[in-house]
Amino acid sequence: MCLGVPGRVLEVNGQIAQVDFFGVRRETRLDIIDEPVQPGDYVLNHVGFAIRRIPPHEIEETLALYELLLHEAEHDIMAADVRGEIDATRASAGGPDA
Amino acid sequence: MPDLVSGSSAAPARPRGADELKFRDPARARELAGAIGHMVAQIGRTPVTVMHVCGSHEQAIAKFGLRQTFPEGLDVIMGPGCPVCVTDLPEVDEAVVLAEDGVRVVTYGDMLRVPGTARSLAEVQSMGGQVDVVYSAAQAVEIARDTTAPVVFFASGFETTAVATAAILVDDPPPNFFVLSAHKYIPPVMEIVAEMPETRIEGFLAAGHAATITGWGIFERFVDRHHIPVVVAGFEPLDILAGLAQLVELIRDGRPAVVNTFPRCVTREGNRIAQQQLWRVFRTTGGNWRGIAHVPNGNLRLRDEFARFDARRQFRVDLKRLWSQAPAALTQRCICGDIMAGISSPEKCALFGKECVPDAPVGACMVSSEGTCRIWHQYGGHPKL
Ligand code: SF4
Repeated sequence: MCLGVPGRVLEVNGQIAQVDFFGVRRETRLDIIDEPVQPGDYVLNHVGFAIRRIPPHEIEETLALYELLLHEAEHDIMAADVRGEIDATRASAGGPDA
Repeated sequence: MPDLVSGSSAAPARPRGADELKFRDPARARELAGAIGHMVAQIGRTPVTVMHVCGSHEQAIAKFGLRQTFPEGLDVIMGPGCPVCVTDLPEVDEAVVLAEDGVRVVTYGDMLRVPGTARSLAEVQSMGGQVDVVYSAAQAVEIARDTTAPVVFFASGFETTAVATAAILVDDPPPNFFVLSAHKYIPPVMEIVAEMPETRIEGFLAAGHAATITGWGIFERFVDRHHIPVVVAGFEPLDILAGLAQLVELIRDGRPAVVNTFPRCVTREGNRIAQQQLWRVFRTTGGNWRGIAHVPNGNLRLRDEFARFDARRQFRVDLKRLWSQAPAALTQRCICGDIMAGISSPEKCALFGKECVPDAPVGACMVSSEGTCRIWHQYGGHPKL
């Protein structure tokens, strides 16, 4: 659970953001993010909360690890932790998928 | 020189998926592994022992076979980096007693099977107790909003997870929502482990995402007191190699300092907004970390201002009735505590992979996906070729 999961902000409504996590649209909370975010920004999420706006020039490097992990089998514990982090965000009112 | 580059040449225990990422920048990986080997040789004594304190670091090290690339003389060990594993027996017992008394308990998945004195929450659940798994504190609150009955969130995790619990509590949860905090705070336990006479930790690799919250400046005091370098590192294989190279360099140069090798997430100050919420809700207090030691300031407990949500103050939890029940004989042979203190390893446990496996875990380190035993079991033990 230390790994968290990055996602791309689609919409911001007050303290809630619609975020695209590798093709899955979910809601994440912005109560404790370090900087204001807007659509297009990437955020790192931990158990349903965004804790960091990822600087634009770092995004590609950040995503690589997760893209690899999400291709891993169900039983891989590192991949399962990342999927758990996506499940920690709220199902989006806009439907399950982006 | 370890073979980081040619995908075909055979590291037998190379885990699946290792290649793609490890070789994203093969030249850089080769350079880092070479530098680590060179500097360890320059230090000229073995082993050089460094500790990381994060289950995700161990997952990445084991999954991507990084230990194969470390030189013979470098020991990289996992310390108390699994919050579920360090949750002490009486903390589990509190949740067990609440659930047995008919209170609905919700918790993170890995907490379900962590052994208490007499039994785990999973066992209470199978005997009809209302125990539910949630992925987040927000889901725990939603469960409470759907009922008038009390709901206790048995909350575990380090800084990164504690800030989520804090955010929920300042956001006006319903009056039937309570928190039983088993949250732990990493910096104080580093002091304890650094002082243990049995371990000779020469440097710490600090977890990038916990430091995202606290900032790397928090380790400056530790370095001043213990004269041991601390390097903050990310989780990608190259991040970890870069962090280790920096750490070994500081050890070689006899330069105790804090260096941040994960600037894409970590700043000196950290996330101030998250810190404000964390310390508004929690205070630190001393407590036992399972199998390791009493850790002054290592536990996070709710402040008085949030007493009305504190399960410890709102429920009478009588643990004594569990104490007459001895833990299972196998449990008493678990050496999880020694492993997390850095003085043993899973392969030294006679039960590892035999009586103790992920489907039938004996100790907490085999339960949690962040536990050393579970990680080594999944990724093929301790590959050091
Ligand atoms: S293998 Fe099982 S019994 Fe042995 S130390 Fe690890 S968790 Fe404990």
